[in-house]
Amino acid sequence: MAYNLKEAAKKPERFTGGHRMCAGCGAPVVVRQILRALKPEDHAVVGCATGCLEVSTFLYPYTSWKDSFIHNAFENAAATVAGAEAAYLALKRKGKIKHDTKFIAFGGDGGTYDIGLQALSGAMERGHNMVYVCYDNGAYMNTGIQRSSATPRFANTTTSPAGKVIPGKSQPRKDLTEIMANHHIPYVAQTAAIGNMKDLYEKAEKALYTEGPAFLNVLAPCPRGWQYNTPDLMKINKLAVETCFWPLYEVIDGKYIINYKPKNKLPVSEFLKVQGRFRHMFRPGNEYMIEEVQKEVDRRWEALLKLAGEE
Amino acid sequence: MAIRERLSGNEAVAVAMKQINPDVVAAFPITPSTEIPQYFSNYVADGIVDTEFVAVESEHSAMSACVGAQAAGGRAMTATSANGLALMWEILYVAACSRLPIVMACVNRTMSGPLNIHNDHSDSMGARDSGWIQLYSENNQEAYDNMLMANRIGEHPDVMLPVMVCQDGFITSHAIENIELLEDEKVKEFVGEYNPKLHLLDKDNPISVGPLDLQAYTFEHKRQQAEAMRNAKRVVQEVSEEFYKLTGRKYGLFEEYKTEDAEVVTVILNSTAGTAKYVVDELRKEGKKVGLIKPRLYRPFPVDEIANALSKFKAVAVLDKSDSFNGAGGPLFTDVTSALYAKGVFTPKVVNYIYGLGGRDVRTDDIEFVYNKILEIAATGKVDSVYNYLGVRE
Repeated sequence: MAYNLKEAAKKPERFTGGHRMCAGCGAPVVVRQILRALKPEDHAVVGCATGCLEVSTFLYPYTSWKDSFIHNAFENAAATVAGAEAAYLALKRKGKIKHDTKFIAFGGDGGTYDIGLQALSGAMERGHNMVYVCYDNGAYMNTGIQRSSATPRFANTTTSPAGKVIPGKSQPRKDLTEIMANHHIPYVAQTAAIGNMKDLYEKAEKALYTEGPAFLNVLAPCPRGWQYNTPDLMKINKLAVETCFWPLYEVIDGKYIINYKPKNKLPVSEFLKVQGRFRHMFRPGNEYMIEEVQKEVDRRWEALLKLAGEE
Repeated sequence: MAIRERLSGNEAVAVAMKQINPDVVAAFPITPSTEIPQYFSNYVADGIVDTEFVAVESEHSAMSACVGAQAAGGRAMTATSANGLALMWEILYVAACSRLPIVMACVNRTMSGPLNIHNDHSDSMGARDSGWIQLYSENNQEAYDNMLMANRIGEHPDVMLPVMVCQDGFITSHAIENIELLEDEKVKEFVGEYNPKLHLLDKDNPISVGPLDLQAYTFEHKRQQAEAMRNAKRVVQEVSEEFYKLTGRKYGLFEEYKTEDAEVVTVILNSTAGTAKYVVDELRKEGKKVGLIKPRLYRPFPVDEIANALSKFKAVAVLDKSDSFNGAGGPLFTDVTSALYAKGVFTPKVVNYIYGLGGRDVRTDDIEFVYNKILEIAATGKVDSVYNYLGVRE
């Protein structure tokens, strides 16, 4: 059946309101939409790395999760969920479990690109039937906006401050989606909550119902770290995609598919200028910064087009 | 009929795991425990067990996967040593506070650095306050027996805590000894099914595990965990009694060897206790009234029973195969002396010997030296030095 947001939204809610995530935060929007892609009859075990999502949704004695949920530590959501999936296989084999269960791990970029990369790589390589979702907000937001390897170049964070000598983060961001594609797992996708969230929903559905390991990298803007007006969340997601800062694509059994190619690719400055973390880039004399970021975005977009056989 | 076999300590543990047939084994190779996952993965490859073997990319992920598996309602087991145990450190605490009765075979090896693959107890001693029950094993038979009892102890509803079964790396893990095994069916019956009340795979009763738990609740949760650890002492005795009826092999909180009329004793963990037994026998031929106390249950520490047992001796030497680097004594010594003080037992003079670090051989004459020293202390009532090193070049 073709995707329809109204229909999708009618599904029973698996992630309840009342959690403590900030207004204008991208993460809970992403989580709700991904869980909507589950078949109503399927039970899920959701794991979560330490981070904003975990501390704001499962504060004893309250939980926002209607499915089973486990938080272990910062760097091991993938290994923890892999362990639960292994137990499921054994218990199912013994006939102690009859129903179907889906396994999902959520981690922020700190818990995924950085401290959790090893556990993620291991779990994906071992082929556990699970989906790992990185909600990428480009810094350690839970501890107060410290730079991660997902932080874009020149972003002002509390450990890569835009100072008098060093203008924010010196290095470009790690391309985790590519790293995961090179694990040669059945399904890898990069997505964001844009428009009616069709792209996100359909990729979540594919990831959940593809046999074997799947990885989703989802852009999840953070109003505190990115310093934007909270109602602008969806606008920022859209600008990330329209500038090709965050291309929407998937890799199915090694085949690259670009899901959206902007007719008029916007300059990256459109994405940068609405965020306070890039404010210093717009001061006179700092034009080179925007140029360099534009070059990097263009280079990566061209490389992606090539991988998808589009150029 | 029990089965007579000849197995190394690692094989004995692997056989116990095979007979227990856990749902998940997640492990990573590290000397000297590597053989355990090796043997076990053969059982998996040959379809002898129903277990999912998860060949993780690190010990951190081994313990993390065990937490996930046990929370999902499965029985999870692992094996490790030294640096592997250290890499699990963070998650040892999570496993204990989440009240997940995971079972681990710890094949004791010295903690780096310097890098050294041989035996001392610095690995498990470092984890002594992580909330895991710790059982120590003198030989292969004890390692096997402790493994068979571990699930029963940890999974008891009054306990629900993870259990670490320790044995000495290489000394027992790689030495082949005669051993008596139980039949598979008897193990199956003794260990029983694991059917936890709450688990992640219960679709009709979903749960959340591992909350952010702040000032309003953490203290109560820690208090419950401490109470569970206290309960473990009773449960260890109950399970050991049941095991005795099944096998005729008797285990308590600690073993007393020739202590009845002894004037002095040593307190020693694991394989060195075997060496000490030989020395006790030799010295007794000379009419010296010496004995040995070998703790089996180290966490929880049997404070009342240890203090009571030691109260009748004139002098005690506690031998530690790890140093606390606190300038005042090894961990076993600190526990023994604080037990004595807390229970108001001031009779015996107590000294400490740090020995065997990094796998340094401990010889019978080293142990004999200690016995002669405490016999001298018993005779004179004088202690020159409390905190000592045995068998080191100074």
